[in-house]
Amino acid sequence: MRIFLILLCMVIAMPLYAQSALSMTEAAQGIYVHQGKHELPDTTNHGAIANIGFIVGDRCVAVIDTGGNPDEGMALKQSIQKITSKPVCYVINTHVHPDHIYGNIAFKMRGVQFIGHKNLARAMAARAQFYLDRAAEQIAVDLKPENLIPPDKAVNGHMKIDLGGRVLELTAHAAAHTDNDLTVYDPATETLWMSDLLFIRHLPVIDGSLLGWLKEIKALEKRSFKIVIPGHGPIVSDWPKSLQPEKQYLETLQQEIRALIKSGKFIEEAIETVGYQFKDQWLLFDQFHRKNVTAAFAELEWEE
Amino acid sequence: MKRNRLGWLLGWSLLLAAAQVSAAEDERNWTNVLKDQYYQGKAIVESDSVITVDAPYRAEDPALVPLKIVSQMPQTKDKFIKKITVFVDNNPYPFVGEFEMGPESGKADLAMRVRVNTYSFVRVVAELNDGQLFMAKKYIKASGGCSAPMGADLDAAMKRLGKMKFRVPEQVKTGEANEIQLFISHPNISGMQMDQVSRTIKKSHFVRSVNVTFDGKPVLTAKTDIAVSADPNFRFFFVPEKSGVLKAEITDASCESPTSRAVCTSGNAYSESYQINP
Repeated sequence: MRIFLILLCMVIAMPLYAQSALSMTEAAQGIYVHQGKHELPDTTNHGAIANIGFIVGDRCVAVIDTGGNPDEGMALKQSIQKITSKPVCYVINTHVHPDHIYGNIAFKMRGVQFIGHKNLARAMAARAQFYLDRAAEQIAVDLKPENLIPPDKAVNGHMKIDLGGRVLELTAHAAAHTDNDLTVYDPATETLWMSDLLFIRHLPVIDGSLLGWLKEIKALEKRSFKIVIPGHGPIVSDWPKSLQPEKQYLETLQQEIRALIKSGKFIEEAIETVGYQFKDQWLLFDQFHRKNVTAAFAELEWEE
Repeated sequence: MKRNRLGWLLGWSLLLAAAQVSAAEDERNWTNVLKDQYYQGKAIVESDSVITVDAPYRAEDPALVPLKIVSQMPQTKDKFIKKITVFVDNNPYPFVGEFEMGPESGKADLAMRVRVNTYSFVRVVAELNDGQLFMAKKYIKASGGCSAPMGADLDAAMKRLGKMKFRVPEQVKTGEANEIQLFISHPNISGMQMDQVSRTIKKSHFVRSVNVTFDGKPVLTAKTDIAVSADPNFRFFFVPEKSGVLKAEITDASCESPTSRAVCTSGNAYSESYQINP
C-alpha cells in the first residue's frame, strides 16, 4: 500500500518536473545553442529570452548560460541528456543578467563547477536584492537567494578548461556590456561564444561601459572566427560583418553624445534627440534606447 | 441590450473607481507617514505657482531619472525660495535631499538625477523665506528590466570616488543668474545590496552633504541621501557680482540601516574650487 501511494505521488508529481526539452541547433560540431526570442522578460516568457546552450567534449559537458528561470535550466538539462550521456562538469555564466543565470540551480550538484568573470560574484551581490524583489512581479517566477549561484572559479584575464579532447579558452573582458562579461572560444571549431557582447537584431544594451565595449569590439573585430554566437539573435558565420550594426550604433551614440556635451547640452536633451535614426533597424529599440543614452551620457561626461 | 448597456456602465464606473483608489493609494506614504514626519502641523499648498517639477513619466533607467525643478518666481531680497525638499514617496528611504538657497541664487531652479525604485510620485516642497510651503509632484513609472539601482562599472566608480568638477557657462555674466553644474564622482551605495556569500546587507555609503560657496558666501547648502543617483550631478543658479572662487565641499557617510539614519558614521570630506572671471 505504501509503495502504491509513493508511486501514485510520483505519477502526480511528475508533470510538475517533466520539462519539455528545448529546441537546440548544432552551431558547430558539439556546440549546441537554443535561440531565445526577441522579447522583454515578462510574465508570459518568464525571462526565457537569451541564447543558451552547451559544448560537448570527450569527457564532459560545459553549459554556457542556464536561462531565465529554473524551469528553463531544467529544460536545458533535459536537452543535454537527449544529446549526450556525458556528465556536466562546468557551468559558465557569461554575465550577471537574469536571462542568463536564473537557471543555474538546475545544475547545482556534485561534480559541477560554476565559472564566471572575477567581477561576477560582486555583481550578483550588488543586484541580488533588486532582482529577487522583482522576479515575481516581472517574470512571475518565485526566486530565492539560492537561485543565484556565485562562481566557484573566477576568471581573471584568461582561463582554459578541458572537456576531454576539447580545451575551451575563456576570456574575462574589461567593462563593456556589463562589468563582468566572459566569452568562450573553442579553437577546434573556431567558434566564439560571445554572448551579450554581440547583439543581433535585438538592440544592444549598455549596462557597463560604452567606451569599454567599443574597445572590446575593436579588438575582437581583428580576429577571425568561423562561427559567432550572440547573446541575442541568430548564430552568424560572416564575422566581422555581423558585428557592424552594433558597432555603428554604439559609435554613433559616442559621437553624438560627445558633441552634445561639448556644446554644453544636458542629459535630458540627449535622451530626446540622440540616435533615433536607428529606430527602425533594431527590435526593442523603444524599450532600451533611452536607457542606453542615459548610461552613455553619464559615462562620457566624465571623460577628460 | 439595455442590460448590456447597464453592464457596460457598471463596468466603467467600477474601472473609474479602481483608478481613483490606486491614485489615492499612491498618496498613502505621503499622507500617512511623510507629511507628518517632515511637516507636522504645517499647511502645504499644492500648486504649480511657485515651483514645477519635470521628469520622464516612464523612467527607462530607474537608477538615473533626470529631475528638473523650475521656480516660477524670481529670487528677490524680500521674497525668495529658502529651501527645496525632494521625496520619492515609495522609495525604501523616500527623502532624496534638501537644498537651501538665498536671494543670491537669482533663480531657485534645480536639476538632479534620482533613483526611483518603483512606481511613485516624486514630490517637491518649496519653503519661502516667510515660511509658506508649496508642493509640486510628478508621477513616475520606473521600469526595471535588466538595469538595477547599482551597476555599470563599479571599478571605475570606486577609482574616481571624491573627484569633482564644475561646469560654468563660457561667458559668466555679472548681476545675472548663471547656471552652474556640479559633478561629483561617488558610487552612492544605497545599502540595499546583499552579499551573496555572507547573506548580509552591505552598508550604505553616500554623499551626505554638499556645500557650494562663492567667495565664502553660501550658494547652495544641501543634505542628500541614497536616492540621489551614483555620480551625483546638480545644476543650480547663482548671481556673481565680480570675479571670485566657486567652491564645493562634500562629505559622505555610511549608515547601519538603509532605511534609518539613527546610526551613521561620518566618512570623508572632499572639495573642489573654480575661479570665476566674468
